[in-house]
Amino acid sequence: MSRTALLLLADGRFPAGGHAHSGGMEAAVASGAVHDTTSLEAFCRGRLHTAGLTAAGLAAAAATGHDPLALDDAADTRTPVPALRHIGRRLGRQLLRAARATWPCPELDHIAHHRPGGVHQPVVLGVAARAAGLTPLDAAHAAAYDSVGGPATAAVRLLSLDPFDAAAVLGRLADDCDDVAGEAADAAGRVATAGTTVLPAASAPLLDITGEHHAAWTVRLFAS
Amino acid sequence: MHLDHPVTMPHRHTHSADPRRPDGSRRALRIGFGGPVGSGKTAAVAALCRTLRGRLSLAVVTNDIYTQEDAAFLRREAVLPPERITAVETGACPHTAIRDDISANLEAVEQLEQELRPLDLILIESGGDNLTATFSRGLVDTQVFVIDVASGDDIPRKGGPGITTADLLVVNKTDLAPYVGADLDTMAADTRRQRKDLPFAFTSLTTDDGIRPVADWVTERLTAWRSEAGR
Ligand SMILES: Nc1nc2c(ncn2[C@@H]2O[C@H](COP(=O)(O)OP(=O)(O)O)[C@@H](O)[C@H]2O)c(=O)[nH]1
Ligand SMILES: [Mg+2]
Repeated sequence: MSRTALLLLADGRFPAGGHAHSGGMEAAVASGAVHDTTSLEAFCRGRLHTAGLTAAGLAAAAATGHDPLALDDAADTRTPVPALRHIGRRLGRQLLRAARATWPCPELDHIAHHRPGGVHQPVVLGVAARAAGLTPLDAAHAAAYDSVGGPATAAVRLLSLDPFDAAAVLGRLADDCDDVAGEAADAAGRVATAGTTVLPAASAPLLDITGEHHAAWTVRLFAS
Repeated sequence: MHLDHPVTMPHRHTHSADPRRPDGSRRALRIGFGGPVGSGKTAAVAALCRTLRGRLSLAVVTNDIYTQEDAAFLRREAVLPPERITAVETGACPHTAIRDDISANLEAVEQLEQELRPLDLILIESGGDNLTATFSRGLVDTQVFVIDVASGDDIPRKGGPGITTADLLVVNKTDLAPYVGADLDTMAADTRRQRKDLPFAFTSLTTDDGIRPVADWVTERLTAWRSEAGR
């Protein structure tokens, strides 16, 4: 495996559309739930252990080579809210474009061909990781980190937070990210024999609800 | 209100986005409109639509900073049917969406192309940014940078990638020059110095047919784009 490929895939500058999304942060800031570094950390920790864990499981399973279309269905099952399904597929399409340019391979073409509307972003992330020669655990790490990196960046923009404080939050979450990735990869290792139902299905109902509301705002900085 | 060097305009051949559709026909020409907030990008796009829609199949992508304001304006003004106008959200970073991570804009462009084919021309308006914000060549085939005389007549002298490298520079709101004490001759001289042989146009878009020099340039670009198809 190439450690550098993992850095590239997980880099916020990888051109896959993430910069326009706050992962629920914009709604959390608007409601006052996130207003300083402490509340940012609480938000990120919560997102990591719910949406992040679920995404990491899907990504790891996709990186094992499991059928991405079946995993896309599993992602739908784990995403009850239409707005977030829509966003998940849109980000999936955008990541697919970047991944096909970076690590061209038949597996990525297969997704584009069979699901022109896109598959959920974590599934694409896993297939891209595999295409880059990475392991399921690597894919889980990328997904776990992605689940907190985006919201933290968004909080810096939305609240004019000190960027060093936001970086320190991510630094303190590193062990949690590792744990989440490990748990996700373990579950993914059982998918081939036990099916997708063994994948984590942790949800954050408030993120679902605010995600649906946010999609209907007429004035907003972030697409989600 | 003149257009310098209309014929010597250099043609770019470095299209990183495939200029052909899968069936081999040439896709729509994609023109980016960049420049600071308030300089007249939306006004230019609206005027171009009104001028060209009778003979060309057009679509517009807007990149608003925090609303769908530009798209809403264009729809309200009915410069094109609503299905021909798409708004892209830029997450507080308009230059990222047109340069560093163009994936959302490419999606919008390709979807318009697919749903409205055949399209001749897609105009992509940036969210408005600083003087360094230019469009990626992976997103647009050619780009226009719009500044205005009311933001200071020293802007052409300051330069920056938009002013020096855009395929067309538009210096707009010449009608306001007397009110803001802008010296158009100095602006023209600075512009010529910054741009060497690249074309520019001084416009007043609130004047009847004020868009003419830009519309002529666009038409010329489209002709060149189509003739490249034969090669
Ligand atoms: N006086 C004058 N106003 C203009 C001209 N072009 C645009 N405007 C006005 O300038 C304002 C900003 O224009 P707009 O096109 O929205 O700028 P954008 O932010 O670059 O899209 C609007 O109120 C326009 O009506 C012009 O040539 N002269
Ligand atoms: Mg505008």
